Amino acid sequence: MEIKILGPGCAKCNQVEKIVKEAVAETGVDARIEHVTDFRKIAGFGVLSTPSVVVDGQVKSVGKIPKKEDVKTWIGKA
Amino acid sequence: MIKAFADWLTYSVFKMTAGTHLADAVNFFVYDTIKIILMLTVIIYVVSIIRSFFPPEKVKKVLAGKSEFTGNILASLLGIVTPFCSCSAVPVFIGFLEAGVPLGVTLSFLIASPMINEVALVLLWGLFGAKIALIYIGTGMIVAITAGFILGKIPAVEKMVEDYVWEIRMGEVILPELTWKDRFEQASDHTQDILKRVILYVILGIGVGAVIHGYAPIDFVAKYAGRDNPFAVPLAVLIAIPLYSNAAGTIPIVQALMGKGMPLGTVLAFMMAITAISFPEMVILRKVLKVKLLVIFAAIMTVAIIMVGYLFNAIL
Repeated sequence: MEIKILGPGCAKCNQVEKIVKEAVAETGVDARIEHVTDFRKIAGFGVLSTPSVVVDGQVKSVGKIPKKEDVKTWIGKA
Repeated sequence: MIKAFADWLTYSVFKMTAGTHLADAVNFFVYDTIKIILMLTVIIYVVSIIRSFFPPEKVKKVLAGKSEFTGNILASLLGIVTPFCSCSAVPVFIGFLEAGVPLGVTLSFLIASPMINEVALVLLWGLFGAKIALIYIGTGMIVAITAGFILGKIPAVEKMVEDYVWEIRMGEVILPELTWKDRFEQASDHTQDILKRVILYVILGIGVGAVIHGYAPIDFVAKYAGRDNPFAVPLAVLIAIPLYSNAAGTIPIVQALMGKGMPLGTVLAFMMAITAISFPEMVILRKVLKVKLLVIFAAIMTVAIIMVGYLFNAIL
């Protein structure tokens, strides 16, 4: 599984990265987490508001800090 | 009801004598703090729910096909309701241009969005009244429309945007569906987030305002920075530029100063400069605008805001 956090390195984006990492650690899912800060790459996803979370190429949340439970649902381990 | 509570606290609990400077200041502080915090909570919550219907990804599609003038008006209106933090300015700017939104229209959006924000509006409404809040929205929109329109008319303005911006190709996104539960949850998170960030400044600002209100002589501002002083407006704008993050803290102080004779035009110019022109935002915009366009942008904004100040000082 591949999880991407899209965000230019703002405080909120780092918070999202932390939440995602915790969710992955707690569920023991095998996932690669990448924090995408280059806007050229972020643009490729069509997203304008950051932080956003992409799981396996699918945009799951846009412009907000998701709850850990939501992240667990996205990775199928709620 | 809040008034009764403030009176009770000041005169019965603290046993202060009505009419003294101290009692005035304390009463003013208690009343305004409670009122503003209540208003902030309710209004930010409602605005957050409205905003969940206008993400920038949708707004850009609305603006994409519009002609210049209509586009500028629409962009300023949408700038008010679209959620936006300065850290998203770069993606929004690039995304709008890529979708075919004219440059001037995009700039109108980027000017209106921070200038007409919910925190400033609550403070204006709560402390100055609905009339001045509406005047602020109206003139703010006119500034955003005109400045964006003029910037869009500069010959070869596209060349003054960083070249890489034009090379970016956006992907197509399917936004996750939001349920009403999502919207309520987001609004509640957002409200707490903003309250946490501004509450200290609001209390400090109202505190300083209360001291000015209770102690400063009645013609204190009128004497030095009244209507007759032509330098008052530009000076207010210059002072305001570095105060960016403190709109919440400065508006109560300005309100107290207005009570001491600061004319409305100067007040409006000061507040617009706080919200619309700031160093951090210039630094962010520099990532997409070349220095020349950034300087023109800042100059047009400054001149427009100073003109608002002079205009309202002259007609009111």
